[in-house]
Parts: sequence; C-alpha cells; structure tokens
Amino acid sequence: MDMDTDTDSAPPTMQTPPPPPPLPPRPPRRSPSGGSLGLASPGDALGNLLQLQVAPATTAVSSIDISTLSFPDGSRGTFSRTASRTTTRAASATASGYATPTHDTLGALGPLSARVNLADGSDSMSLMSFAPTLRPPGDLASLVAGELNRKSPAWMLLRSQSATVQPFETSVERGPSTTSALAGFESEFDDIPDRSAVTADEDRLALWKAKLKHYMILSSAGKPIYSRHGDLGLVNSYMGIVQTIISFYEGAQNPLLGFTAGNARFVIATEGPLYLVAISRLGESDAQLRSQLDALYMQILSTLTLPTLQNIFVHRPSTDLRKPLEGTESLLSSLADSFTRGSPSALLGALECLRLRKSQRHSINNAFLKLRSDRLLYGLIVAGGKLVSVIRPRKHSLHPSDLQLIFNMLFASGGIKAGGGENWIPLCLPAFNNRGYLYMYVSFFGDESSPGSPGSARNKPAAPREAAEQPHPPSSPLSSDEGQAEQAEEDEIAIILISTDKESFFELKEMRDSVAHQLAKNGSLAIIKEAVRSGRPSVAAIAPGVQISHFLYKSRANVQFCMASLDQPAFGGGSGSIASSSSKMVARRRLMSLYHELHASMHAKHSHLKVLHCVGDAAASLAWITPVFEFYCVAGPNISRALVTQGANKIVQWARREEERLFIIGGGVF
Amino acid sequence: MAARGPPGARGMGNRFAQFKLVLLGESAVGKSSIVLRFVKDQFDSYRESTIGAAFLTQTISLDETTTVKFEIWDTAGQERYKSLAPMYYRNANCAVVVYDITQASSLDKAKAWVKELQRQANENIIIALAGNKLDLVTDEPDKRAITTEEAESYANEAGLLFFETSAKTAENVAELFTAIAKRLPLDQSPRLGGRGERVTLAPESANTEAGGPCAC
Repeated sequence: MDMDTDTDSAPPTMQTPPPPPPLPPRPPRRSPSGGSLGLASPGDALGNLLQLQVAPATTAVSSIDISTLSFPDGSRGTFSRTASRTTTRAASATASGYATPTHDTLGALGPLSARVNLADGSDSMSLMSFAPTLRPPGDLASLVAGELNRKSPAWMLLRSQSATVQPFETSVERGPSTTSALAGFESEFDDIPDRSAVTADEDRLALWKAKLKHYMILSSAGKPIYSRHGDLGLVNSYMGIVQTIISFYEGAQNPLLGFTAGNARFVIATEGPLYLVAISRLGESDAQLRSQLDALYMQILSTLTLPTLQNIFVHRPSTDLRKPLEGTESLLSSLADSFTRGSPSALLGALECLRLRKSQRHSINNAFLKLRSDRLLYGLIVAGGKLVSVIRPRKHSLHPSDLQLIFNMLFASGGIKAGGGENWIPLCLPAFNNRGYLYMYVSFFGDESSPGSPGSARNKPAAPREAAEQPHPPSSPLSSDEGQAEQAEEDEIAIILISTDKESFFELKEMRDSVAHQLAKNGSLAIIKEAVRSGRPSVAAIAPGVQISHFLYKSRANVQFCMASLDQPAFGGGSGSIASSSSKMVARRRLMSLYHELHASMHAKHSHLKVLHCVGDAAASLAWITPVFEFYCVAGPNISRALVTQGANKIVQWARREEERLFIIGGGVF
Repeated sequence: MAARGPPGARGMGNRFAQFKLVLLGESAVGKSSIVLRFVKDQFDSYRESTIGAAFLTQTISLDETTTVKFEIWDTAGQERYKSLAPMYYRNANCAVVVYDITQASSLDKAKAWVKELQRQANENIIIALAGNKLDLVTDEPDKRAITTEEAESYANEAGLLFFETSAKTAENVAELFTAIAKRLPLDQSPRLGGRGERVTLAPESANTEAGGPCAC
C-alpha cells in the first residue's frame, strides 16, 4: 500500500526500543480470547514493580508535607480539589479505575505493598516509585511556575516518577513553546496577511517560512496551481525554484523523490503533468507525506477527471489550472489542514464508523435497501463524520480514499453545510473510476428530528412533503418551509446518494424523504443521534483499570478503525479544561505526531516489525500489527512494558469482541 | 394531485402555485448569498463556493389569498459546471441572473446567460437581472463598475425585471422575488411547475457522461 519509493529511508525517529517483547501469537480470527501479547504474568510484573519501590524517599520531604500532599496512596481525590489542571485528570482517572475506597493511612509508605494485593494485577499500576528525579533545578523551576506554584517542588519531584503521570504531561507543563518540534504550531493555520502598507513583503515571507507544513502543486511547465500558505504572488518565485529542481531530475530520467534541508523534509510526487510537493517539519515519514500528496491529487481528479486533466495539458502545456479548479481551493486546504492537524483516518487509510448494535445497524441498512431507488449506485448515511450505513451493488465496494474525499467535502469544508439546502454535485471518485463523473445527492437531516412537528404527515412515505405543508400566514411574507433546527456540528447526520445518472436528482430526493421518514418512524434516527452524542468510548470504559491513555485500532479487513475518546487535556480534549484552543491543537498534534512516528517505524521498508514498544520522556507507546489488525497506543511515561502490553491485550480483545458494532462488515448489498 | 396546496387547509378561493426558479451568473457574484437571504434571512460573508448545485424551497405570500412556492436551483458559477446548466434551467418558470455591480466583466457574463436562456429555455420564462453587492458602493461609490442606468437600459431592452440588491443588507432581495412571483401566471393551472412536470426531467437520460457502470 505504501508508495514509498524513495531511496533514503526515513530516519528512525523513535528511541531505539529495548529488545522487543516476544512475538505475539497470531490470534485466530473471531476468537475474542485469542491474541495475547507475550506478557509476563501479573505476578512477575508485580515483582518488578515492588523492586522499584525498595529505595525509600530520599528527598527531604517532611512527613507533614507528605500528608498534606496525600502522598502516596489512595487519596488522590484530595489533589483533584487542590491542584490545578495537570493533576485533575490523573485524579479522575484514578478514581474511575482503581482507587481504593478506604484510605486510612495517609502519608505512610507502608501500606503500599499491602495495596498491591487489593484487586487483580492491574491494580499495581497505581504504585509509585520514590526514586528521586534527575531533573535539573532549572527545569524544576519552570515546572512550578505560574499557576502550578501551589504544588511543592518536592511533590513535583516525586510525581515525575509516578505511574499516574499522563502522557505528555511533563511537556504540557513546560508549555508548548518549549517543545521544539511543535514550536509555532499554534499559528500554523493563521492566514498570512495580504500585502499592505503595514506588512512588508519580508515580514510576510518570514511568516510563510515559519509554517511547519507546506503543500504546493504546480504544473510541469512551472505554473503555480495551489499553495497552502501565502498567495501565489508571494510564493511564485519559490514555485519556479521547485519546478527547476524537479525538472532537472526529470530530464535526467531519474526523478527526484525527496530531500532534506535543515529540519524540513521535502517529498515530491509527479503525477502526469502535475508536480506535488509536501514540505514538513512535523516529522512524518516519506510514505506518509506521499499518501497525503496522493490525496490532494485525488481531490484534483475528483474535480476534473483524469481525461480532462490530461486533455487540458496535451493541448496547452502552459495552461493555468487554477481556472478549471476554481472554487475547490477550500477543499484542498481542508484536506491539507486535516493532515497538518493529524488525522487518524488519513494516517491509517481507514474510516471510522459510528458504534451501533448489530441489530440497529441491520435495521437501518434494511430500511435503506428497501427504499432504494433504481438509479442508486451507492447510498451512505454519515453522522458526525462517522459512517453509519452503506448500501452498494454486489460487485462494487467503496474505496476509503474516495470516501475521505466525500467526508472532506461534507464535513471539513463549509461549502455544503452552509447552504442549508439539498445538493446535487457532479464528482469523480478516482478510486472507483477516474474517467467519469458520478452525481451525488447530499442532504443533512433537519426537520425529521421532530417527527411530531406540524406539517409532517408521514404516513405515506411516497407522498411529497409539500402535500402536508401548512400555508404560511400572510402576515409573514417571508418564511422558510424547511426545518431549521440548529444542530451542533458533531450532531449532523447526512444522507448521501450517488448515482451515475445526472438527471436522477428528484428520484434520489424522493428516496431520501422516504428513508428519512422511515428512520424517524422506527426510531433509528434517535439511536443514531444518541450514538453520536455519547461519542467515542474512553479507555476506562472499555477496559477498566488499564493504564493506557489512548489507542487506535484498525481492522485491516474492513479498512476501518476505531479509537478511544480524545476527551482529555493531554490530547486536546476536555470541555472543562482551561487550555486555550491553540494549546489544545498543539496537544492533539503531539499525540498524532507520536502515532505518526509509531506508524512510520512499523511500516518502514524492510522493518518487518510486529510489535514495537517505545519509551520516551513524555510517553510510552506500543504498536502491534497482525494480519488482522493494527493497534497503536499511548500510555504515561512510567508505565512498564508489561502493563502496556497487558492493557493492549485487553483493548484488542474488546475490539474483536465488538467487531460487529465498531465496524461495518460488508454493508447492505443489493 | 400531490403537488397542490393543502386542500381544505385554506378556504375556497385561495391560490397556491409552485414555480421552478434557477439562479445563474458568474462565480462569486453572490447567487448563494441572495438565496440564503431569501430562504433563511441569513448572511455569511465568508461563504465558500457552491459545489455543483443546491436545491432549496421558499414559500411567500403575495396577498391574503395567494401563496407562491419557489423551488430554487442555486447553481455554481464556475466554468466547469456550464455544461450542466441546461439541466437546471430546462423547465424553469423563472430565472434570476446575477452580476456583481463592482465587477464589469460579470455583467457580460450575465448577458451571455440571458441570451442562452432566451434561446434555450422555456419560452415563457421570466428573467430577472440582479446587480448584487449594493452595500459595497453605498460607502465607497468609487467601487461601482456598472452604473444603474447602463444595466437598467439593458434590462429594459431585453425585457427583464431589474433590481440592484444587497444580500448583506437584504436590500431589494424580497422585492426581487416578489416581483417575479407577481409576473408569474398564477391563474393558470396550480400544478404548474409541480411534480407532474418534474417527470419530464428524467427520462431522456439514456446516456450520461458518467463513466461508471449502470446504476444497477
């Protein structure tokens, strides 16, 4: 799948792991108990942990300090009331998973060992080691600066070794600006100001150069087509340089695939008459950048089709492609931005589905199939960016990259949602057929949300809606006759009907109306809304007591993935968090960068890795690939390998047990 | 039958008519903004380009007894969608051709659309010419590229309704659609533009440009 053809392989960005854990046995399909990572028995793990705490606390922590800090055991609830954001999450995680209800001995180190025996082996995760940290004093000062200064330095020292340290917690405390890789990421998506009296060109150029990620598309004749940042006037000369460099290698029959300049990686894709260039300082691998460029190219094909694109340049190689692509810049930019923010879907080349009971999905599929129009090719129901239902002809399946283009158009860019109407869109799905257009009917569910509302006489599904509409009183000359229920973005449910017939709009509209009516009547719509509202499950809900903070699980056969809730401050979520939106964005990217590194290491040419465990300053992580699934997870930096693998096992078992809820297997076929 | 106004819901003598309206014009002149103002009474200055076409409906009351429902096709203005335009105007009862009063070239494009409509569309089609973005010239008259007189004399010559509008301030938007509704033949069959007519949209689609397999 990976298109990496470059000769210099991606530098290993991970710390070289300790000798990898034993190879996991290949779990047989559909065996929920199968697939256990080679893992020391819980007893062994405990033994190791207990050794860790042999050394008593050597820092000068008075017993009073200890008790006010409620260290070490149990009563972390106390912290959650006194400490600021960094500990609240740890505290609540503790409470949800494995906190003991009886905390009788505050400040005593003794109960630790007793505590170990409280429950199953996973409880040992709350153990802490008391070895003093090696952090230099200067660093410590910054740790306790600002709002954090209510915590004593000693506490910080001790805590840095704790198993309850969340991934990236230390780097979050130090602030985003000091984590070099993501410095400046908060302004990554800001527009470069237009040329004006107050902004000199040098300043604009400096802003442009400060961006961590660039995408450029140009024709082989050197005409600029698209640049993510900066107007083409600003970057025109750079486009010229890029064209000169690429053409030089093209002329030598030795295409340039990529190069590194400073800390920026350049990856080049040549697609017929187009040159696509990705420039990244975010540490992605060549293969990852190449697949991003491929998606941008697919977006162009989706607008034009391959024969049109080729014809344009056959007849006039110097054509300015911006005109034919007019209006789709926002689609390219929203794709580019989702790659820059870090999209699990793009990384894994897979789609996310809405988690539903099998019977619920079945009844949605059936309603969808039963009301199918003759002219339908594909039918999709999508809620909050997640797939709910697919119906398709037996001999065709939908390619994830095509679906990603559709999702991008519907959810990431505002063009369609903002209109508020029904849409009829000619588009090419390049993985399905890059030579012709299909016609896509799109509408977002609105007024069906209130089935009892006046004007919804739904007893005859085929009846046109206007038959039941009440006339508007003459006193209000202007009034909309469509429901306008304001819906939050993640609440949006869209129905997408694709046909090869450009004249089939009204038939598909009729089908949509009857499907909408049927789903409202049999309660499916409410079920979908509820599923969207409840969001992704947290790790604690999936496998209580597991010390993993976040995971991605990809079902390779279904080309779909699921992931844990991102709803915690370390990953840019959490509604109660005081963090600004820019620091949330940085936090999200930090997590996604880690996943990108894991993914790149696992998929590096010739690596043939099955399991990879990495420990870093900020987080421990694990990747595990079998023929059935790909699994990636992140845990706090002090979580042992044994505990991470144990947690991974539990989550993988859950995912395989829930397979038919998490993923659409086959979809409705006609 | 179904396309009639709700029978019995209103007293005798009430009229309900339904018409198909298409918006045409160069890209970025504000077609979608005019529709959004008309249908939802909203305005969004950072609207992204329409992709393909959008279908919306809006009902207005002309007087105590007359209700007119518009089925609106808001088309994308980009050149690459031009070949699809006949599909949208073929059975249209009325059309709004929009230009941007601050862009001289957009009136030329509008004139080309008018010509095409007069040649290809329904022969009784009511066409309105709308010069949009009036709000831009109220503060800075220098921005205007097309004078009211110039556009109006062209509209008269070509037999078009004419308004200068602002989707942003809502100026003349409702007036535009009301004027169109008043010109439409309300006394004819109320089925005009209704479902019966839609059927003619579909059948002649034996060969589409789609390269995919048949719709199975």
